[in-house]
Amino acid sequence: MSTATLAKNRWLPIALGLGSLVAVIVLVEALIRLGWINRFIVPMPSEIFLAFPRVVREEDVVSRFLLTAGEAFSASILVTLFGVAGGVLLHQFRLLRQATETWVAAMAAAPLVLIYPLYLVIFGRSATTIVMMGFTAGLAPTVLKTLEGLSSTRRVLINVGRSFNLTRSQQFWKILFPAALPTIFVGLRLGLIFALINIVGVEFLINFGGLGQLINELAERYDLAGTYASICFVILVSVCVFVLTERLERWLRPVD
Amino acid sequence: MAEAGRLILPAGRARRLPVHPVTALRIAIIVAVLATWEAVAASGLLYRDVVPSLVAISRALVETLSDKLFFWHLGTTFYEIGIALVIGGLSGLAVGIALGGSKLMEKAFEPLLYYLGPTPKIIFFPVMIMWFGVGPGSKVAMGAISCFFPVALNAAGGMRQIDKILIRVGRSFRANTWQMVTKIYLPAMRHPIINGVRLGLGVALIGTLLAETKLSNRGIGFLVIQAYSLFNMPQMYSLIIILFVIAIGANALIGRLGGLDDIKRF
Repeated sequence: MSTATLAKNRWLPIALGLGSLVAVIVLVEALIRLGWINRFIVPMPSEIFLAFPRVVREEDVVSRFLLTAGEAFSASILVTLFGVAGGVLLHQFRLLRQATETWVAAMAAAPLVLIYPLYLVIFGRSATTIVMMGFTAGLAPTVLKTLEGLSSTRRVLINVGRSFNLTRSQQFWKILFPAALPTIFVGLRLGLIFALINIVGVEFLINFGGLGQLINELAERYDLAGTYASICFVILVSVCVFVLTERLERWLRPVD
Repeated sequence: MAEAGRLILPAGRARRLPVHPVTALRIAIIVAVLATWEAVAASGLLYRDVVPSLVAISRALVETLSDKLFFWHLGTTFYEIGIALVIGGLSGLAVGIALGGSKLMEKAFEPLLYYLGPTPKIIFFPVMIMWFGVGPGSKVAMGAISCFFPVALNAAGGMRQIDKILIRVGRSFRANTWQMVTKIYLPAMRHPIINGVRLGLGVALIGTLLAETKLSNRGIGFLVIQAYSLFNMPQMYSLIIILFVIAIGANALIGRLGGLDDIKRF
């Protein structure tokens, strides 16, 4: 049976992927038990698994998660307000768009997280620095996607609006904005992901806040199993957010 | 009389500005930003030295660029990023080819990469310190991990876009796996690979520099965090400017290399 035929099976690829992951974990456990991997560098997967309830209980993971979620929420509100407004502004003023669109694109590609020491000086070692870092990272993709969504509104829809003699404001709220909404949401999703990555990263770097700080604290205590468990927890959270926003985006996307 | 006295210019010249309106607006925005910056610096509205004057930043920029030690740190960062790009890029390419070449592998393993890709890689830094120590090794590892995901995902996507005829031609010539990779796959997917390397370079730069700011005694990231610790704001601004110029320049350079390929092809 060829691999192409096997790939058509619904469950086999999932079983192969998860099975391989489990096989690697079992192999690492065996190698550590045999002494081939130093257990003071890589803890046994079973220890990491057992550390989960301890970390959740002793390190107050729920409130840390809520803190990070709150920071991400604040950043995403700012990203939504300023990003969508920025995109609309650039769409309305053609000259401004021509002059600044490449700058915004360069900003989206620039390593903005490297300015976190600057934000530390301006806002101090506080949640504001973390939120502002998330906002800065998420702003450019949201502006660009809003602009793309508004600019790619189908001509026929705009003409329908004109034939109804809609005012400029009505044309925006009844035609342009609803048509651009799916693309705007793609931008918001990108912005939220960028913001979340930066928020957790800066929490770790400045040792302040929620989940990022948890990893830093456990690593500084040399709690190996706890450090690995908290890293797994953060990965799990970011994967969940990613999947959730992806589902929302699919739900919003119009059927072709 | 008033009509006679009016200076009538030719229609084309009457409205023409000495510069293109877009350029004029760009210059106006830059001048406005710089003027606002200088006004804030002079007013003392923010904490002292948080917004230093443009003169102080320019002086710090010149001092930094004329300091030999800065170039040693820059060399260290370039070395770390270069090694990270090679390790992360080659492993990403190999994994991408393996995933893109088989439907079963794609369905089994690509979701793992796809969902792990957007996680903040800096959280792996404590693990990298334990594995590779506090020296350049852990920074290289951070850069390599960051770079691996975009290169692998782009290479896998590129593999799937290869024209099936090219693959059949390779097979009909009985090309072995190595020949298929070097003669068919890589030339046909150079654009997605260049895109992947471009993205990979950006994230490798971020990964390496963030790791340097967290724990290091060398590299540009270390200089930035040292300037922060000493509250040497002009130097910090000058280093951030240099970093951004390097990042945007490297991005443009790789993009241009991709563009040059097109010119040669047609």
